[in-house]
Amino acid sequence: MTDNTPHTVQRSIVGKGIAHDSAARHVAGEANYIDDMPELPGTLHAAFVLSPVAHGRLKSIDPAQALAMEGVAGVWWARDVPGHNEVGPILHGETLFAEDIVDHEGRVIAVVAARDFETAYRAAKKVKVDIEPLEPVLDIEEAHRRRSYVLPPQEVIDGDAATAIAGAPHVFSGTLHMGGQDHFYLETQIAYAIPGENGEMLVHSSTQHPTEVQHHVALILGLHANAVECQVRRMGGGFGGKESQATIIAGAAALVAAKTGKPCKLRLKRRDDMAGTGKRHDYVANWKVGVDSRGRIRGLDVEYLARAGNLPDLTGPVITRTLTHTDNAYHIPHARFIGHACKTNTVSNTAFRGFGGPQGILTIENIIDTIARELQLDPNNVRAINYYGDETGAVTPYGQPVEDNRLIEVTEAVLASADWRQRRAEIDAHNAVNPVIRRGLAMMPVKFGISFNLTSLNQAGALVHVYLDGSIFLNHGGTEMGQGLFVKVAQVVAEVFQVELDMVRISSTATGKVPNTSATAASTGSDLNGMAAFKAATAIKARMTAVAAEHFGVQEGTIVYREGRVHADNESISFGELAKMAWLKRVQLSEAGHYATPKIHWDGKAMKGRPFFYFTYGAAVTEVAVDTLTGETRCLRADILQDVGSPLNPAIDLGQIEGAFVQGMGWLTCEELWWDKTGRLRTVGPSTYKIPGSRDVPPEFNVRILDNAPNREETVFRSKAIGEPPLMLGVSVWLAIRDAIASLAQGAVAPRLDAPATPENVLRAVNALKQRMKKDADDSR
Amino acid sequence: MSQTIKFFLNGQKQLASVRPDMTVLDWLRSAPRLTGTKEGCAEGDCGACSVLIGDPAGDSVRYHAANSCILAMGQLDGRAIVTVEGLKTEILHPVQAAMAENGSSQCGFCTPGIVISLAGLAASTAHPGDHEIHDALAGNLCRCTGYRPIVEAARKVAGAGGAPIPSLEVTAFAEMEPQKAVSADGSTFHQPQTLADLLQLRKDRPDALLLGGGTDLGVALADYHTDWDEVISLAHVREMRAIGETDNYLSFGAAVTWEEVLARVAGSYPSFATLIRRFGSTQIRSMGTIGGNIGTASPIGDGPPALIALGADVELASLNGRRFMALEDFFLDYRKTELRADEVIASVSIPKPKPGQDFRVYKISKRYDQDISTVCAAFSVTREDGQVRSARIAFGGMAATPRRAVAAEQALVGTQFDAKAVEACAAAITATFKPLDDWRGSADYRLQVAANLVERFWRDVSGETVEVMAL
Repeated sequence: MTDNTPHTVQRSIVGKGIAHDSAARHVAGEANYIDDMPELPGTLHAAFVLSPVAHGRLKSIDPAQALAMEGVAGVWWARDVPGHNEVGPILHGETLFAEDIVDHEGRVIAVVAARDFETAYRAAKKVKVDIEPLEPVLDIEEAHRRRSYVLPPQEVIDGDAATAIAGAPHVFSGTLHMGGQDHFYLETQIAYAIPGENGEMLVHSSTQHPTEVQHHVALILGLHANAVECQVRRMGGGFGGKESQATIIAGAAALVAAKTGKPCKLRLKRRDDMAGTGKRHDYVANWKVGVDSRGRIRGLDVEYLARAGNLPDLTGPVITRTLTHTDNAYHIPHARFIGHACKTNTVSNTAFRGFGGPQGILTIENIIDTIARELQLDPNNVRAINYYGDETGAVTPYGQPVEDNRLIEVTEAVLASADWRQRRAEIDAHNAVNPVIRRGLAMMPVKFGISFNLTSLNQAGALVHVYLDGSIFLNHGGTEMGQGLFVKVAQVVAEVFQVELDMVRISSTATGKVPNTSATAASTGSDLNGMAAFKAATAIKARMTAVAAEHFGVQEGTIVYREGRVHADNESISFGELAKMAWLKRVQLSEAGHYATPKIHWDGKAMKGRPFFYFTYGAAVTEVAVDTLTGETRCLRADILQDVGSPLNPAIDLGQIEGAFVQGMGWLTCEELWWDKTGRLRTVGPSTYKIPGSRDVPPEFNVRILDNAPNREETVFRSKAIGEPPLMLGVSVWLAIRDAIASLAQGAVAPRLDAPATPENVLRAVNALKQRMKKDADDSR
Repeated sequence: MSQTIKFFLNGQKQLASVRPDMTVLDWLRSAPRLTGTKEGCAEGDCGACSVLIGDPAGDSVRYHAANSCILAMGQLDGRAIVTVEGLKTEILHPVQAAMAENGSSQCGFCTPGIVISLAGLAASTAHPGDHEIHDALAGNLCRCTGYRPIVEAARKVAGAGGAPIPSLEVTAFAEMEPQKAVSADGSTFHQPQTLADLLQLRKDRPDALLLGGGTDLGVALADYHTDWDEVISLAHVREMRAIGETDNYLSFGAAVTWEEVLARVAGSYPSFATLIRRFGSTQIRSMGTIGGNIGTASPIGDGPPALIALGADVELASLNGRRFMALEDFFLDYRKTELRADEVIASVSIPKPKPGQDFRVYKISKRYDQDISTVCAAFSVTREDGQVRSARIAFGGMAATPRRAVAAEQALVGTQFDAKAVEACAAAITATFKPLDDWRGSADYRLQVAANLVERFWRDVSGETVEVMAL
């Protein structure tokens, strides 16, 4: 067990803040994305024909005008699919091309290919589609009233919430509207399909899930999976948007390539990307909580209405994660959380960093804040007395014990480093004399569960070769979307062999090298692939160590790998010499590693189990200013403390924390999706959909990684996942805006603030608060 | 007529015989296969396509960042372009090095554009502060990093005193005069050098597109919505590039860019300068012109409300002569103006500040930088002994055109500009406008904010800090 236990290995490369492997090429414009690859002769360019209406019966498709254009190679749609017209990531019946019914504006109807991109794009506009309009359902609550769902509801029940709430001294209830979010990866969706001989198809896809692309391309083309290879060198951002959605693009590109025998590239224009692919689910949460006079929760009932859009896609597991994160940091003795997957005539929503967790955490933080204000208690105290712990309880509503609780540790540390007490007093003093510009301050914790909820997805493979010059080739099932996974896994391998990092060659993810992989998602990339690579490298090393021991005539236990050399007592040889030696002895220098996360199990019917291998913890203190005349806000300062276990690469992790926080802040402030009354999404580019810019980042932004906090579970080098958890710390910005608004009522009234807190929504909350104060004053008169 | 566009590409003379309405981005990525420049949005908003455009300025070459996705090849003629590939010599450019060392890239897709913007800043400003760094970055979106390490890298370069663009001698431009016209594959791009030539062209070719900086027209081009079969570019018309000053007026030729306007008005009207800094981005302001902003007649353009409140006049010229009119009279209806088929906007004149005058303009949008106004409100009030002598109030985003709010002005004139007057003025605004609902804001929100901004103005001129960004 000694050498196989990651945390006992001496560390010289893991734990170092090493730059992203592509950094020098990124800045020079030398990092190639799919659209930058040299095009093969005869390459066709494709564009989608998208539905102009939200709901209708597709009566006919007339490609004549498009086909008459010079350079157009063809137009294809559902009837042309040789295999199955399927792209559903979980369920069957989710079509690539619309069949009889178009069910959202931007729905893919057909694909056009031409000699160049411009011709294809223009030809797509010339394809005539005859659609008989049907009444669309656009509103989540309307869908719920009509019992229009894509899936049955999911429910987490623990104890008897209704009775607990009815018997509680105080009962509060409310409705929270939470907006969705476009991923706005800078590189839009793209695939380049290259046909080979005997039906083979190579697909370069900007995808987080190459295996899903491979399998769906095979399904669409009527091939076995072994005829299709998917490769991914890097994505220009993913954030969940290229998990299931990439198959739509890759599937259509491969169809054109198969039909024409020519390579085909399909790159979406930004507006087509935003209209045609899914986003973060917007939700409505109807909640009711019973508390005692200290604000301790007795029972909580939350009904979620999630906008699935036209199809299930990943909505099922997204809702599961909402339900398993509605507790966040808080022990809830009696709980009933139910989630409805509302079917609307809008684009099917999908995975987005946090995957339903953010909506659950926003909901409970809104509830906690409401409890504190209505009872005129300090919100931080209300949080603390509800934290998981010995006095409250340590089992989640879904049955998983909270065994690695760091809540008190992170919140106390961040309150201290953020200088909470003094700033609270300063802000109150500012608000006492400034009627228009109000300031707000808020602290919040995040507890986030790590693992895919679906147990079977928690596995990974890696392939490691050692060549005779001592250089190492690394491949694994994880994809690089900017998060630094490749360098982290390379560090793991370099650490095992104790060689320089540049001796480990990072390679494109490829389904032909490592098969049957899970999506790079759920923050699990380095946990899963890092461990698989660790196991592969360790197995090779064990065989090499035997060769070295024989060579030096010593026990295997005395062999030491250090700085690219292999030592026995006073003798040493280079790592490359040992590799050569092993080869001469006909020892295998290649290994496929496989890892399956231990301990986890989940009963999807009962909604109970231990879905998560472990939890990560974080906390933030955030200050904002709010203009109560216009609703404009600004985040002035954020202090963040995040648990990353023993980090594999603290520089990469810091980047993940900062980026996630700003993305979470964007979700809750400036980013607003807007559909018109006909169901047309009108925010389809950066001129209308506003993600944060550099000036929106708090001018004082203090981010720290929790020190000396190895994972108590046996993860790779005791690290913890980082991709998603800090996004939810962005909720602190929203809470601080609430605090600023609440200051108009001396903090005694809970504002009703929808998300995102756009200037308009903030001003509406200010107006509502003022009206309630006036009413309270009138009533008491 | 020439069929070849001539320019410098990364320091080397380059000839391109392509349609002059091809976008620079499409050309860069196809013919020379310079794929470091990316398409992120094709509407000039994300900055992934940023390039540096160089023009001779005295004894040096001055560079500014521009969005190549909405820039037409014809607009390159006679100029220099530098792409991210051109910044790296044997070693990385200091901006590239600082970003590579500082964790400033994650997915890397926005990175070349950010490198370009910061290299533009490093070349123009030796020791920029944070505000200038954010101004330089306002046209570049990054979805991964949260910007902190990008700003850090920019500070490092600033601390080292900036960095030049790999050299191109200004003398090289001697053989790089803009050509009078370039034409290829059915697209003709005229570049008149004098107002007289322009007016003749305008008369002869009334259907030709008048092109200022192309920041509005270029969006349709980037989306392949239109072809420009005949374009008259205003960029090289000497008279329209002039900035003048008399005792009472500042005047700007219609082809003066917003970056140039910004530099000139900052002293007289700091609030106008603050607005202009939020006008698109550095890229957009370096391309977009004051005349184009007026001529395009958008109801949400930010120039007109400020200019109307300032009492600006426009000069319209044709072969038949010139006429002048108050800017508010220029706009007739949604995208309809007084401009006749043979006319051009020649210049804009802005009265200089008067004693007792307070001018402020406020832009309300979802994001501070690089956004389009939900409401833009401009106030100009002149007081004598505390009493309001005259007032001009104008709004964008509240009607089909930029509009004056005459009743609201009258509610202030003659008052002491007290709380009661503020209330009356706000009420008049509410009564005047019937704005629209759209993705930038509901009609109710627009109305309430427009009225509330009177209070902001009142507090502002009495010395309060009224904007969260000023904190």
